[in-house]
Order: sequence, then C-alpha cells, then structure tokens
Amino acid sequence: MSEKIYVFKVFERLWHWSQASLIIFMLITGFEVHGSYHLFGFGQAVNLHTIAAWTLIGLWVFAIFWHFTTGEWKQYIPTMDKVLAMIKFYSVGIFVHAPHPFKATQLKKHNPLQRLAYLGVLLFIGPLLWFSGWFYLFFGDWSAWGLDKYLSLEWVAFFHTAGAFMMLLFLIAHVYLTTAGHTPTSHIKAMITGWEEVD
Amino acid sequence: MKTQRPQWPAALAFAGWLAALCALTVGNLANAANPSTADHTKYKELQQAFQSGPEVTKACLSCHTEAAKQVHKTKHWTWEFLNPENNQRLGKKNVMNNFCISISQNYAFCTSCHAGYGWKDKNFDFSSENNVDCLVCHDTTGNYKKLPGLAGHPVYKEMEFPPGSGKIVKPVDLTTVAQKVGKTSRDNCGACHFFGGGGDGVKHGDMDSSLAAPDKELDVHMDASGADFTCGTCHKTSSHEVPGSRFTPTAQDKGGVHVRGKADTSNPATCQACHGNQPHPVNLTKLEDHGNKLNEHTSKIACQTCHIPAIARGGVATKLSWDWSTAGKMGPDGKPMTRKDDKGHVTYDSKKGDFVLGENVVPEYFWFNGKVKYTLLGDKVDKSKGVTPINRIEGNPSDGRSMIWPMKVMRGKQPFDPVNQTLVMPHTAGNDDIGYWKNYDWEKAIADGMQNMGAPFSGKVDFIQTEMFWPITHMVAPKENALDCESCHSDNSRLQNVKGIYMPGRGDNNKLLDTAGWALALLTLLGVIIHGAGRIYMSYRKG
Repeated sequence: MSEKIYVFKVFERLWHWSQASLIIFMLITGFEVHGSYHLFGFGQAVNLHTIAAWTLIGLWVFAIFWHFTTGEWKQYIPTMDKVLAMIKFYSVGIFVHAPHPFKATQLKKHNPLQRLAYLGVLLFIGPLLWFSGWFYLFFGDWSAWGLDKYLSLEWVAFFHTAGAFMMLLFLIAHVYLTTAGHTPTSHIKAMITGWEEVD
Repeated sequence: MKTQRPQWPAALAFAGWLAALCALTVGNLANAANPSTADHTKYKELQQAFQSGPEVTKACLSCHTEAAKQVHKTKHWTWEFLNPENNQRLGKKNVMNNFCISISQNYAFCTSCHAGYGWKDKNFDFSSENNVDCLVCHDTTGNYKKLPGLAGHPVYKEMEFPPGSGKIVKPVDLTTVAQKVGKTSRDNCGACHFFGGGGDGVKHGDMDSSLAAPDKELDVHMDASGADFTCGTCHKTSSHEVPGSRFTPTAQDKGGVHVRGKADTSNPATCQACHGNQPHPVNLTKLEDHGNKLNEHTSKIACQTCHIPAIARGGVATKLSWDWSTAGKMGPDGKPMTRKDDKGHVTYDSKKGDFVLGENVVPEYFWFNGKVKYTLLGDKVDKSKGVTPINRIEGNPSDGRSMIWPMKVMRGKQPFDPVNQTLVMPHTAGNDDIGYWKNYDWEKAIADGMQNMGAPFSGKVDFIQTEMFWPITHMVAPKENALDCESCHSDNSRLQNVKGIYMPGRGDNNKLLDTAGWALALLTLLGVIIHGAGRIYMSYRKG
C-alpha cells in the first residue's frame, strides 16, 4: 500500500505547466528566429517569441514573490547529501528496482540532483537567457543607452543561443527523469494533482 | 386685388441665380486647379509673336528680374558641381558615365536637356541671361519640346526629325506656351529626368515616364488620383535651387521632421524630412505590425531599402548593362542594325553595342554614407584590376553614418586608352564625319572628344569593364507592398552580400555553436532513450 503526500500546491503546478509550455514554445519560435527552420515565418516567430518572453517574465514575478513569501525558495538550497546515492540509483539501481534513495516530503520535495539541476537552471541558464534576451530585444536602444560600444549583436545572439541549447538539454533530461520516480508516472501525477506516491 | 402676376421676373431671377452659381462653381474649380494670382495671357509682354526661346526669356525677365541670375547659380544651368567633401569637379559637364559616356563634342545633342539655349560647344556663354530656358521647366501645355541636336532650342521651323526619317516636326507655338506658363510639374522634370541615358527609364530605374501619372502601387506619393505629389513637393525648391543631389546624397538623416518656424537647413527631399526617424506607429494591440521593431531598423536601414521593393515597376524597362565593345557590327546588308528581344526592347544597336534591360528589377544593397568619388578624366584606370567603378560609393557598418541602401548598379564595358590608362570621352552624336554613330571609327571619335577636353589620347583603344552606382529613392510603394521580414531575414536574404552586421535568420549564426548544440541535444536524447530502453528491458526480464 503506497503512501501519498501533497507535494505541489496549486500555484506551483500552475506555474510549472505554464512555464513548461512557454519554454517549449519559446524554443520552437526561438530556433525559427535563429534560422533553423521555417514554421510561423520570421516576423511572426519574432512576435510570438517576444510575447511569450514578456508573459514568462510576468509569471516569474509572481513565482519569485510566491517563493519568498512561502519560504519555498529553500527547496533549491543545494546539498551534497545523497548526491552520490542518487547518481548510483540512476545509473544502476533504477534498472534493478532498487529502492529510491530519496523520499520526498513537503519540506524537501526535490531530490538532491534535482536541487542542483534546478538551481543551475535558476542561477545560470535562466539569467543567461534573460540578460542576452533583453539586450537582443532592446537592440534599437543600445546607442541611446551608450552600450553600442561594448556589445555586439553577434555575441548577444551567441549567448542567447547557447542558453537555448542548454535549456533544450535540460528539457530532454527533465522530461525523461519525470518517469524515474517511485513509479514511472508518480512524478507526473504529482505535478498534475499535487499528490506524490511515495513508498 | 390679388391677381395672378406674371411669373417671369421670378423665373428670370432664378435662372440668373443659377447661372451665377454655375459661374462661381466653375470659377472656383478653375481657381482650385490654378491658384496662381497671375494670368499670363493678360500680360502685354507675352502678347507677341516670339521667334525664339531667348526672346521669350527676355520677356519673362522683364518682370521676373532675378530669375535668370538665380538659375545661373544652379546645376541645371552650370552642369558643374564642386564636391566640397573631396574637391572633385563634377556635374554633367565633367563626369563620365557608362551610358552615352560624356557630353564632350556631343554638346548640341546632350544640351537638349540643358535649361538654356545655344550650348553647342565648349565656348557657350554661361553669363547670358536671355539664354536661360524658362519654358522647359514652366511649360504647362506639354507642347514645348527640345530635340537632340538643336543645342537646347525647341523647333522654330518645320524640320525632319530624326534626319532622314521622313517625319516632320512642327514648330512650337512659343506665344501660347509663354502665355500658359505655370508651376513646374512632373512632366517638366520628367522631360529630362525620365529619359536620362538616352531613352525612357534607361538611366535611373526609379524614374521613367510611368511616373508622369502613376497609380498608388507605383508611387504612393505621386499617385495621380491620390496624394498627387509633384517632384517639387519633396524637392522643395527656393530661388530656383532644387535640393537633392547624386553627387552628395543624404545617406542618413537624423535631422527629424521639417516644420514651420524651425530653421531647417537639411535636405528637404529625404523621407525623414516628413516622416521622421520613428515613422512606424507602435500599437500594442497590433503587435503584428512590428512598429517598434521596424523603428529599430531605421538606424541602419535606409527607408528606401524596404519601401522600394523593386525598380522599373511601371512597365518601362531600365538598362542594366551596356557593352560598347561590340558596337560597330553591321547587318547582312552592310548597314547598321538593331536587334530586339521578345518584348521589343533593343538589345543590340550597331551604334552602341549590346544592352541588357529589365523590368521589376530587385536592387542591390550596399552600406552607404553619402560619400561618392568619381573616376574622372585623367584618373588612372587598370584593366587588370577588374571592374572600374565610375563612382565609388563609400560606407561601412561601423562609421556611424552609413545605412544599407538600395542601388541600381549599371554595368558596362566602355572604351579607354590602354596606354595612358584613362577613360576616354568619345565624340558619338552628330551628323559629321567624326562622330562614332555615323562613322564607326573609335580612334577618330575619341581623338576628337579628348582634344576638345585638352586631354591626352595615345590613339590606342581598348575596352574596360565599369560599374556605376545609382542610389534608389523614387517609386516608393504603398506600405502593404513594402518588403516583409523574410525578404532579408532568411537564407536567401536580399541582403546576403551586405557584410559586417549580424542578422538573425540569415545564416549568420555561429556554426560551431549550432553543431555542438544540436549534437549534445541528440546525444542527450539518445542517452535517455537507451536508459529508458534499459529500464524497460530489465523490468521485463525481472517480471
């Protein structure tokens, strides 16, 4: 008989899924602007990408507020405790149905590898995309801001693209690892219903 | 006693009122069409049988006392321009092109487009006021025509034109023309500027006779049934000085909109002089208009680049190349010949060589900061160095003054002196025993043209490839027909040859990053697939 705990609150789930859709959408439109394929047409892709970007920024304002007012930001404090155990689990244990080394609780909903990965997204990939994206978006104002001497669109685009590739890698790994919970669907169910099955 | 009084007075009064109303209306309409305060038919000075152009001018100057002095100062009169930026002596009098090449010893033909009378050789008196041609710019009848060969005079006596053609040209009724002078119209300017290079649309590509009465699609400003701009609406002329120049063009205009009460010394003929530098409306409810993004483009992209999607759009072809080296071939009958393409454009003429013409031509795009340097007579040219630019346009992405401009690039092969290594000015036109178009002898024709300029000529003739840049600025399309984003932001970008700028979507992206990024994404995907397959396999084995 499995036990269930309430891990993800309504706002958190709403945040997660809107953010997921926006990021996927921005990857699709962004790589079109980049010139990787034709889907919406360049102008439309730029528009959609820009609208999605501002929407995501709005969402983040709420999310940051929520994290700090609820104290949930502590979920991302990195820990090396059980990191090795997690790596061992993903590379060996998971194949032989060894018990999951981490037990989610409301106070610690992410396993140590998740903490590290999400912190990386929050502190590195995210800011890289935000800042390069903003400079990209406000290209027309560089000279007014006196930045045109220091910035080149080529490098801004380089870092923005690099960030996008990192986000894509994260997305692939993240989507796959959602199946690596106590059962293949337990993580996904948790993010939909809020209730996670634990052993 | 009330009796029936006759109704006639009332009826008459009504009819009179109606007639007066009609007269007023017609009068108002006439005034609307011609708001001038002067009716030139009423001037005694113009009520005479004029025998020549200068006689008309004399009459004009009796009232417009300063007009000729003003015209004397302009390029339309001097055909000369000293470029203050590099001290090059330019103007039609001095420069060469790769169309008919130059005016030396061809004066009487070229000067049919001079705003004057009698410039038949280099000894023309530029101080003569009566030789200023008022009518060519102020005729409103459309009957005043100056034919090549008459040194700027119209036809005074019945004559055969072209000579030997059997076609008779009637003399111009100078009195009527003089009495109907008015403001300069598109037709006046067009009489020369539409026909530059020797024929309709030949030279510019963005100016030809289709602009005499264009529709909106061809020119959103000149649209004859719409805004109906004349040339002077933008080339706002004062004291006969017409602003705008191909020798010192305004490539970038940050001066903003010209308004009354503000001292505007900048070129009034730029787009920005009316539209400013942020011309695209920003509407947050209509993001698909991209107003904000488009406005960002205005710091690097000339308006013309997007708003003139193609040149020669009015049904008149423009000349794209001219190869003089093949001139002189005769037809099977031993006589000069012409060849035409399936659209009737002349593609070969024994007098001139081979041509390429085109309609709806997509311009080429270059960084341009407004500086132009000509290759003038006496400047060294070197055939081994490839194509010689007749006019070098300056510009680069980082000087802060360059914009990406559309250009018509006229390509050609023209005679030069391989010993002295200079371009040459041949005597082409003329019914004499020297001109190339009659005698087909380059040495003689060039020797004459060069001697007239006092320039050395070795006697040897060879042909050299040249190119000439014509910034495009007319034939502005309605906004719906402006270029879309993909015209430039795509792998077959119109701007693919414009270097020094990063353009998303054009394939400027860092290829190493792309390869590494996609490879890592693929590896991650493979990794999770293998990992997942392993889990499934193991759970089957176990289960």
